[in-house]
Amino acid sequence: MPALIDVRDLHKTYLLGEIVVNALQGVTLTIDRGSFVAIMGESGSGKSTLLNLLGCLDRPTSGRYLLDGISVEAMNRDQLAEIRNRKIGFVFQNFNLLPRMDALENVELPLLYKGSETLDEDELGQLGLAAVGLTGQEHNLPAQLSGGQQQRVAIARALINKPEILLADEPTGALDSHNGAEIMTIFQTLNKAQGITIVMVTHSDEIAAYAGRIIRFRDGLIVGDARAPRAVRGMVVPVLSPLPAGASG
Amino acid sequence: MKQLISSIRIAFRALRMNKLRSALTMLGIVIGVASVIATVAIGSGATQRIQQQIASIGSNIIIVIPGSMSSSGVRLGTGNAVTLSEADARELAAQCPDVALAAPMVRGGAQVVFGNNNWATGVYGVTPDYLTIRELSVAVGSEFIQQDVDSANKIAVLGQTPVDNLFDGADPIGQSIRIKNVPFTVVGVLARKGQSSQGQDQDDVILLPISTAKRKVIGVKQANADAVDTIMMQAKSGAQIPAAQEEASALLRQRHHLQAADDNDFSIRNLEELFAAQEASSKIMAMMLAAVASVSLVVGGIGIMNIMLISVQERTREIGLRQAVGAKTRDILTQFLVEAITLSLAGGLAGILVGVGASLLISKLAGWTTSIGPGAVLLAVFFSAVVGVGFGYYPARKAAFLDPIEALRYD
Repeated sequence: MPALIDVRDLHKTYLLGEIVVNALQGVTLTIDRGSFVAIMGESGSGKSTLLNLLGCLDRPTSGRYLLDGISVEAMNRDQLAEIRNRKIGFVFQNFNLLPRMDALENVELPLLYKGSETLDEDELGQLGLAAVGLTGQEHNLPAQLSGGQQQRVAIARALINKPEILLADEPTGALDSHNGAEIMTIFQTLNKAQGITIVMVTHSDEIAAYAGRIIRFRDGLIVGDARAPRAVRGMVVPVLSPLPAGASG
Repeated sequence: MKQLISSIRIAFRALRMNKLRSALTMLGIVIGVASVIATVAIGSGATQRIQQQIASIGSNIIIVIPGSMSSSGVRLGTGNAVTLSEADARELAAQCPDVALAAPMVRGGAQVVFGNNNWATGVYGVTPDYLTIRELSVAVGSEFIQQDVDSANKIAVLGQTPVDNLFDGADPIGQSIRIKNVPFTVVGVLARKGQSSQGQDQDDVILLPISTAKRKVIGVKQANADAVDTIMMQAKSGAQIPAAQEEASALLRQRHHLQAADDNDFSIRNLEELFAAQEASSKIMAMMLAAVASVSLVVGGIGIMNIMLISVQERTREIGLRQAVGAKTRDILTQFLVEAITLSLAGGLAGILVGVGASLLISKLAGWTTSIGPGAVLLAVFFSAVVGVGFGYYPARKAAFLDPIEALRYD
């Protein structure tokens, strides 16, 4: 079985005003199905650029990117949008929930852009919210939820189309340590129980420790790639649900 | 379909969030559509009035008047010669295949007296055909018949204005009035016709048999006792007017013994031409008004574009997020277009209501005829939708082609 993510000699150059920024300078990397990877590095090291490329939000300047065996580096905007819709779920540092929509509508948003009709969207959305312990909060607006709850809504949204990969950009960056740990618990369970591949960018060693593999970036290049020993890996294996609905931060 | 419904829902929600802003944006379209509706209503009302006036004069009418006359090298104006005769009228009716009727008439003015009242009015000497051609009908009493003309009976048919001024509400039928000291018996009163398009009172008239009028009131012209002032003809149909005119011209030239080089000693006019010109000018006026009004529609459209651009900017992050979860170019484009069209259509519908109300108010207050057809309303709806698409497209396109990464990072 080929690797889920297969990146070869990826370069990304962009212009920042008149300065040419070489964000990625030849990254080669494979990520297997079902793995949980943390990407670490200083600001400007290229880790976010890589995550954007892996998420098909952007196209590389050169190099190859095979996602699930499909070459995506030359796809157009709409083809990439479809890949994002079906194969990838995003979790952002600042949650990026739509403020005028309630939790359930936020979770169901990706269904709107799925080509085919989905029956029982609300049921699917409610199941998704239940899985992250938010039963009863369906009709609350994001502003009425705590940070931890908002991030859990965002996770439910990322998972609604049953993607293969969950990409998370500093998912705990805006949360306190308690809520951060809860989010990580959810990630681990998704990874272990459902086999979802997770790639997560983080600054924090503590958070990175939840992952099974830690890749370090510097100046647009991979400078370290360590797999955690089995024993250390997944030091916490908690039960995902039911989380207390009121758990908040 | 699902996406369209969702787009409409999102659009309404976005518009509700900024109620005042949406209302002010719509106001531009409301004013534009309302002014287009009102000006079109006034314009087509005016056209309708002119058409009514044409109908009130009679249809397919051709008028023959004597030509100009030269006297010792002084050319007098048209109508001064005494070249037309009652015999001409009879022959025109008999020989021209496209002419239905031809009625000779003489005109004069006189002081009319009844009891202590007197009134100066136009006195027309006519034949019964004149009433047919002018589509005059008698409201009370009877009209006169050919026999009254033949025997020069001293009877009169009065218009409403002399009746109002002479009889003070008394029944005029059977009364004796004096015109130039000659007693006439009133046999009928004409139905009211109202003003002509030139503002003339068409009811200020007294009709006499042409024979009586010539002998007792207006006087016989010395040169030719058979002479008349005007011959009024009716063509068999509107399409036959030009043919009837040519036939009449040829016949009159022949009867008047004109050589090929001679100018006509008469002139032939038809009223359709006159009114066509009037109608055309009122249409041009209406179109100009509508054009000015549609400028305000364009201004309203610019308002929509402005607000949509602001909306796109404010919602950059939302657009980025939608793109990240799989919204394609078309999805974002549709969403913002629907929002712009919702604004402009809602404005358009409100504008129709305001426009209809305004034209009703105008016809009440100013007394102008207004008329609103379904065409004008459909046009207004169509134009407001076009404005929505036209001015919404650029902002929507801008939204659809945002870079997802930059949009997600936007503060």
